[in-house]
Amino acid sequence: MNILNRTLISLFIAGSLQHGALADDAAAVMSGSTLLVRNATVYTMTRDATAPLKGTDVFVQDGRIAAIGQNLTAPTGTTVIDAKGRALTPGVFGGLGHIGLEEIGIEQTTGDYAQRLGQMRPEFDVTLAYNPESMTVGVNLANGITFTLLTPASASGGSLVAGLGAPTGLDGSAPLPARVMFVDLGGDANDLSGGSRAAQFMLLRQAIVEARAPNLVMVHDERLLSPSGRQVLLEFLKGDGVFVFDVDRAADIRNTIKFAREEKLNAVIRGGAEAWRVADELAAARIPVIVDPLHNLPDSFDEVGSTLQNAAKLRAAGVTVAISLGDTDVDDAGKTRQAAGNAVAHGMPWMDALASITRTPAEIFGAADRFGSIERGRPADLVLWSGDPLEVSSLPDLVVAGGKTQKLESRHTALRDRHYERVKSGAAR
Amino acid sequence: MTSRRPLNLALVASLSLALAACSATGPVKSSKDSKAPVADAKAVETSTGSPYPSTYKPAPSTPTLIRGATVLVGNGKRLDNADVLIRDGLIAAVGTQIEAPSDARIVEGQGKWVTPGLIDVHSHLGVYPSPGVDAHSDGNEATAPSTAQVWSEHSIWPQDPGFEAALEGGITTLHVLPGSANLFGGRSVTVKNISAVTYQSMKFPDAPHGLKMACGENPKRVYGNRRQMPSTRMGNVAGWRAQWIEAQEYARDWKQYETRKAAGVKDLRPPKRDLRLETLAAVLRGEILVQHHCYRADEMAIVIDMSREFGYRVSAFHHATEAYKISNLLAENNICAAVWADWWGFKMESYDAIPENMILVDAAPGGCAVVHSDSAEGIQRLNQEAAKGMARARRMGLDITPEHAITWLTQNAARVIGLDSKIGTLEVGKMGDVVVWNGNPFSVYALTEKIYVDGALRFDRAAPRAQPESDFLLGQPAYEGVIR
Repeated sequence: MNILNRTLISLFIAGSLQHGALADDAAAVMSGSTLLVRNATVYTMTRDATAPLKGTDVFVQDGRIAAIGQNLTAPTGTTVIDAKGRALTPGVFGGLGHIGLEEIGIEQTTGDYAQRLGQMRPEFDVTLAYNPESMTVGVNLANGITFTLLTPASASGGSLVAGLGAPTGLDGSAPLPARVMFVDLGGDANDLSGGSRAAQFMLLRQAIVEARAPNLVMVHDERLLSPSGRQVLLEFLKGDGVFVFDVDRAADIRNTIKFAREEKLNAVIRGGAEAWRVADELAAARIPVIVDPLHNLPDSFDEVGSTLQNAAKLRAAGVTVAISLGDTDVDDAGKTRQAAGNAVAHGMPWMDALASITRTPAEIFGAADRFGSIERGRPADLVLWSGDPLEVSSLPDLVVAGGKTQKLESRHTALRDRHYERVKSGAAR
Repeated sequence: MTSRRPLNLALVASLSLALAACSATGPVKSSKDSKAPVADAKAVETSTGSPYPSTYKPAPSTPTLIRGATVLVGNGKRLDNADVLIRDGLIAAVGTQIEAPSDARIVEGQGKWVTPGLIDVHSHLGVYPSPGVDAHSDGNEATAPSTAQVWSEHSIWPQDPGFEAALEGGITTLHVLPGSANLFGGRSVTVKNISAVTYQSMKFPDAPHGLKMACGENPKRVYGNRRQMPSTRMGNVAGWRAQWIEAQEYARDWKQYETRKAAGVKDLRPPKRDLRLETLAAVLRGEILVQHHCYRADEMAIVIDMSREFGYRVSAFHHATEAYKISNLLAENNICAAVWADWWGFKMESYDAIPENMILVDAAPGGCAVVHSDSAEGIQRLNQEAAKGMARARRMGLDITPEHAITWLTQNAARVIGLDSKIGTLEVGKMGDVVVWNGNPFSVYALTEKIYVDGALRFDRAAPRAQPESDFLLGQPAYEGVIR
């Protein structure tokens, strides 16, 4: 059974290009594949946008947003979709996780997100394990998740420095260069730091000292890092690499703020269960926080102050907030919209919540030219929703990622269609 | 970062620190032949009665009339602009133009939606409480493949902050089970979601026990890793059958004893009590309801055959990520499927999980879909989980109404735990477990406003508590300011 709502998608032969509407883009519209989404409520999510553009058309040519305006016309052959006022947003962020890095959560041969070499290897680049053909990619894409942050994990037998990751589109393209380094702090990393969180900053400082003094004479056994590890870390310290610290307790977050200031790191807090308690300090330090708005229980003694209002309180204090589920499983990526909706229910402004799963994470991780907003000249990365984009009852009616219209079918819909037929005929037994 | 899915994933303690946070404590923290209706199960707990009786007493309440609300009855019916009267702890009237008793408290329900209290048939609150420290790992007696002798209620820590969080999500009744490490994990128990110092004062009066059983990967992994049976799925089945054979003999011995005793035979010695077999024999007598953790369609079909072999019935398959492949078989056997909305891919046996699972279970004639949580996070928003299923149904061209979807969280759930004569619908005479929502509960923005348990107001968003209910959170500096 074909469940894709094809009635929404019709080929519409338009007249010649309307002058003025496309202004200086007119020349560029003459060739190549074209798509016109007509009469949408467009959430561009650009920095200056405070409200959606109603009754607006978005024209895509050669994979890029060629025009945004009213009453646009398109050349012959353009695929025209009548949005009938439905919401058009940038593709949604799937959070920090393992899409394409694991097929089955607990099967070791399919999980590549962590190294267990017993050494600190900041140069461990998890993006090399990314499989764009994993079932986990297609299922998420069909659900409107167009980009994610490939995230290495700190595993027992590995290191509190988990390694490098990067944003990636789920359209089959290659991940971006790995410019994000992940560090796990707090009680759940105690077994990676000799039993104490105090040793975590000690180890990080030692690694930084080694990286900054490549000629430091040390016998091999005293070194934390390999030569290539020193090199990679040094590049990060000099350049624009982002350090993501997975940390929850308010006191640990304060130490992280201080550490980042002293070492001049571009720091991001991930988790941040108690971040709301140090919101002013985070705002002053301009450190973004990636929160899980569904997290409100004291899972550990690092998270006693967990609350559903974390995101709202951080935002009210002026902290940059992005949303990711705390869990990194491939099915959690699909819950970022639900998490954003719950953040709204608990006080976060709606537009801020949508930004926290679109533009904001793209900006934090240096991928804003690819993901997170609808802007002329940018690659088309769009989702047309059946309803309110933050509602659990809404689903994508159209997904455009990497400039291409993506199919809404996946392995999940294939299983659904096969077995629904069996149920209908009474043969599901 | 801790996992919200401890009961399934943390079985692999060695895999990653992300998991280790919740699995450091040991191997496991994971995640009809007889046509007798489930509700006939009796709360006879042991051969010697009920040694750990419920001490639950409904809190004092005043009559309450909710007026002019959208009422989802829980049995598939919807009443618009309707009234609900709760009196003496029970549903006293539902309909329009209900007269308020002189002493009634009136709740104006315009724009509000009213549902029965939600029921989660699969929770580990209290047995895997927050904080998830080693000392709190009380949900799996993972020391032998059959531990039918253990009772989850003896592990419940009533101070788990998860209970009050679940209440805020509309949960008034929950079924707390042992984990899934073992073939027979032990007895499960139904509790009322009230603040308490002892579990007995939460224990649902006269509710039948459940027996947690588990298929598939978990038992064979836990024991296979110890070079012990079961290490395979065929080992799982042989393990179950051997236990049922013992249970049949045990039941026969006791029956013979009771018959002789009744006939006046003197100087009889009762058979030696065995707590493990006592549980299994009670299943065979229909007094304990089987709650079977099982993902794959083929394994569920084997379990159904096994239930025929030994003459018991399965109340529900839990998780049942492939229930949609055998919807008709489950419906014909009167077995419910208690499922998630969108968990998939975290283990091989969940690889074929699809978000339409609940829809395809529901679509079979006589199908019984239940939305469950198995999660301290998920239990707070079962309404949203059902809404996800409703959205998937719409995409298939099926219209699932709110009045129908609510049955997955109320009436059907009550049936699974043998309490459909007492809770799960807003019908006259049922317990006064009622939730007032600020709008359609199947919206991500919906919040509970007032929650009644046996007619007593347990939660009121307009009058927030000054302190957490959990002793654990009380006086914690880090928690100050969380309470609004």
